[in-house]
Amino acid sequence: MSTATADIHHDPVESNVNYLNASYGIKSWLFTVDHKRIGLMYLAVITFMFTIGGVAATLMRLNLVEPQGALVEPETYNKLFSTHGIIMVFFFLVPSIPATLGNFLIPLMIGARDVAFPKLNLLSWYLFVTGCGFAIFAILSGGVDTGWTFYPPYSSLYSHTPVVIMALGIFIAGFSSILTGLNFVVTIHKMRAPGMTWFRLPLFIWALYATSLIFILGTPVIAITLFLLGLERIFHVGIFDPAIGGDPLLFQHLFWFYSHPAVYIMILPSMGVVSELITAFSRKKIFGYSFIAFSSLAIAVISFIVWGHHMFVTGQSVYAGLVFSVLSFIVAIPSAIKVFNWTATLYKGSISYQAPMLYALGFIGLFTIGGLTGLFLASLATDVHLNGTYFVVAHFHYIMVGGALMGYLGGIHFWWPKITGRMYPDMWARIAAAIVFIGFNLTFFPQFVVGYLGMPRRYAVYPAEFQVLNVMSSAGASVLAVGYAIPLVYLAWSMRYGPPAGRNPWGAKGLEWTTLSPPPTENFDVPPLVTEDAYNYAHAGATHV
Amino acid sequence: MSDMAAHDAHAHPQGFAHQFEDAVQQKEAGTLGMWAFLVTEILFFGGMFTAYIVYRSLHLGGFIIGSHLLEVKFGATNTAVLICSSLTMALAIRSAQTGKSRGAIISWLILTMILGATFLVVKFTCEWYPDYLNHIVPGSYFGFEYRPEWGAHAPYVQMFMCFYFFMTGLHALHMVVGLGILTVLVIMTARNKFSSEYYTPLEISGLYWHFVDIVWIFLFPLLYLIGGRYPGS
Amino acid sequence: MIGLAQTGLQNLAAFALMPFQPPEASSIAGDVDKLYYLLTGITIFFGVLIFSIIFYFMVKYRRRSEDEIPPETHTSMALELTWTIIPSLICVGLFVWASALYVQESRPPASATEIFVIGKQWMWHLQHPEGPREINELHVPVNVPVKITLTSQDVIHDFYVPAFRVKKDALPGRYTSLWFDPTEIGTYHLFCAQYCGTNHGEMIGWVYVMSAKDYANWLAGGEKTESMAQQGERLFTQYGCVECHVAGGTGKAPSLAGLYGQPEKLASGETRVVDEALIRQAILVPNSVHVPNYQPIMPTYQGQLNEEQILDLIAYVKSLGSQERNGK
Repeated sequence: MSTATADIHHDPVESNVNYLNASYGIKSWLFTVDHKRIGLMYLAVITFMFTIGGVAATLMRLNLVEPQGALVEPETYNKLFSTHGIIMVFFFLVPSIPATLGNFLIPLMIGARDVAFPKLNLLSWYLFVTGCGFAIFAILSGGVDTGWTFYPPYSSLYSHTPVVIMALGIFIAGFSSILTGLNFVVTIHKMRAPGMTWFRLPLFIWALYATSLIFILGTPVIAITLFLLGLERIFHVGIFDPAIGGDPLLFQHLFWFYSHPAVYIMILPSMGVVSELITAFSRKKIFGYSFIAFSSLAIAVISFIVWGHHMFVTGQSVYAGLVFSVLSFIVAIPSAIKVFNWTATLYKGSISYQAPMLYALGFIGLFTIGGLTGLFLASLATDVHLNGTYFVVAHFHYIMVGGALMGYLGGIHFWWPKITGRMYPDMWARIAAAIVFIGFNLTFFPQFVVGYLGMPRRYAVYPAEFQVLNVMSSAGASVLAVGYAIPLVYLAWSMRYGPPAGRNPWGAKGLEWTTLSPPPTENFDVPPLVTEDAYNYAHAGATHV
Repeated sequence: MSDMAAHDAHAHPQGFAHQFEDAVQQKEAGTLGMWAFLVTEILFFGGMFTAYIVYRSLHLGGFIIGSHLLEVKFGATNTAVLICSSLTMALAIRSAQTGKSRGAIISWLILTMILGATFLVVKFTCEWYPDYLNHIVPGSYFGFEYRPEWGAHAPYVQMFMCFYFFMTGLHALHMVVGLGILTVLVIMTARNKFSSEYYTPLEISGLYWHFVDIVWIFLFPLLYLIGGRYPGS
Repeated sequence: MIGLAQTGLQNLAAFALMPFQPPEASSIAGDVDKLYYLLTGITIFFGVLIFSIIFYFMVKYRRRSEDEIPPETHTSMALELTWTIIPSLICVGLFVWASALYVQESRPPASATEIFVIGKQWMWHLQHPEGPREINELHVPVNVPVKITLTSQDVIHDFYVPAFRVKKDALPGRYTSLWFDPTEIGTYHLFCAQYCGTNHGEMIGWVYVMSAKDYANWLAGGEKTESMAQQGERLFTQYGCVECHVAGGTGKAPSLAGLYGQPEKLASGETRVVDEALIRQAILVPNSVHVPNYQPIMPTYQGQLNEEQILDLIAYVKSLGSQERNGK
């Protein structure tokens, strides 16, 4: 049986007992082991956490409109940027694509009924929610003011905020991601449908596999690091306290050993989404499949040996600086390879511009800029000037927001019809995508400039000469906020009023598009058998929308 | 772990879980999953081992003094106890594999639990509690004033004791979890969940137990045997 | 509101006149800027390249009918190698240039004058060896290289002068250093660039680069203070060090004359150069660095001396070294 897309015009309205209506009631959701329902439950929680992080960012940018602070005292501002960073990194970006789209799609894309360990999957969700609970409790208790980086001695000896509670929340959420990564690795290894060899897998799966390797290897280290920090705070014993023999830089090494690979956790899945979107909306096989697949693995591996580039100005030896600089340049190459391959995929394609494609193209552009600005930071001499300034802030927001978040939104839009069985209004979606793109650049481009001028980050107040650039950035942020609000509205609307989508509204290749929308609980009405490579558009029959 | 295979026990193998195609796939998945989990545990302990290595190389003098505060006889006894418990665990799995009776499997499991509990009892009563009484538990009551001979090494002796308690404490926590897992296995065996065809939970729990044993094998020399125990060292 | 609008307009005017870089006020600033502009050029080049190719493809290959299936294109190894090798070569070039500058930044010239800086929440203490102490301000003469030895009294801070393009963390319990050669007379921002708590954003100050004449006037004009070495000598007596560390080495502890900068074999067998870090360690954790032929009986001064006093003592020990070598 081939994976030819169904001709939906002639499908009868399919009687649809699907995963959404197979059982009703709150208990059927809270005790589900269906990966699709778990993915949706994650979607709800992380959207909520994103709102909290977004509110913090809004208040920060409002405050920065004036050099002496327009809104809050420095103490509050410090809590705002810490909360923003912690929530966005640990409780939004790290789980975002893996826990929502990954959970929903991996079994569908490989032709399995569920993940390898469905109950463990549910446990992961509960752990995540518990972690969020502790984080929110910490925020309500006043919030931490250590930055998301928690550097001692400030975080261990000087901060009077609920550091231990927040660290506990991150610790617990970390176990959620470890178990998710473990589940994905075993699922991808052992549960592929007949004929689904490694090199026929969609690139989204390769990307999530590489991400899961980082989950498994990196997250335990941040767990133990935060554990040690907590012990130091509670028992006043000096693992990181120089006065009693400890070394605060040891914390930084341990922290960044996870947190650098963590940024690749945040971007790799998004790159996987982009591979899917580019191929679907240009109806072409991906250019350089194995190059992109191996690039994902290479990024995962090399990401573990570049952490020292966060510490070029800490007084470590020049040799350490040289080594980490070389490795940081090397880790950039696989990402460049991907960008070129995606661009080449468009060549002689048949390109359409629905919202998911706009997000994918926006990703490529903004990720290119963000990635290239990373070279400024891998270069030792420029990093000395730029470390700790707004240049770094702009760089990582180009990757995290211009890259990862746009990929996430593109993926949500692309698979929305599969997840909900409904289509959303594409015109509104395109308008929102354009607003996001424009607002994003207005917000973060000025930050490159103000960073090179020397404005340090995490400043609640700043010299007056930087005001104009800060105001530009804050104005852009208001546009960006509008761009994020619009999808919440039409996506919610579509769940009730959107037209039914059918199995394959985009005419895309991939096992997930062969089954019903929404899929039945066991995923496939006909067990899949794979006989062709991924993205085999050129040899398909006619496709209809 | 495994689902209840109720009325279709003849249609599906024992303990079969429906997301899998067949029992072979299920067993392979379970085993791979446990190995992946143990890798995460290596990284988890690894963070602390790394911190230990760094500080030991910087402050060897204090670490030697700290190590000499520990009693090798208790550490060695516990090492022997744990190694025996790995043996009994392997024998429990072997019993299942060769189709021995429930009673045989349960006996070996319970023996493993007794040895594991012995380890914990020796640790708490012969080591940790006396350490507390002797003021070498880190924190406010650490006995600096009782030990002027430590001199400038004193802060690093406390640092060593931090690592001692953190690392053996984390290890003990894993032992307690292991005892919990063994309890569940005893109950499952008693309810006839295993046979020579299906004993995967026993096998992968064995992996976990052996891992916890191996962690101790590293901890023992690194904590108890620094600086040797010969006169003049 | 009107006041706000007025300041806003003033700041807008200042912005319009501002270039995209801080003043180039040190010997290395120009080189760092050139590297920065090269990086910017590369970014613009590849950004424009990718954007234009994508835009071109978007227009040229837009879908014209619902059923259209485009022809298959095949991966080209030549293309893959090209766009792997060219970026790699660019990276090599950037790495070499940036590293050369970085190595330069790590090697202060021997003729550099020294300034000692202690960061604490939320201010900078700066000590000239001749004696003057400054808070949040640093006066230096133009064209004289300066080496700053840096530490923190509490949490991690970071000493950053954008105009000089240099920055270094100030860490509690250890010394770090940076150097610069100020080439333009002027007034430049000094920032703390490592988050350090509530008033991190207010831990800022100014660096005044002055002509030689103005600097001499400034130095002479302040209240007469002892040099750091003189303060150190006083502390050396006050805290009883002089009782054991007798000149000639006949006391219970070795003489410190001529010691600074020399390699010294410790009782543990390792050899270390006597620098600021070793002297600090000897004061705070004495028996970790004791030397052969002397008993390890030095008491620790942890908690009795603050960072400024330790730096004064170090300056005194350094001055003993220069005495022995006849003022070199």
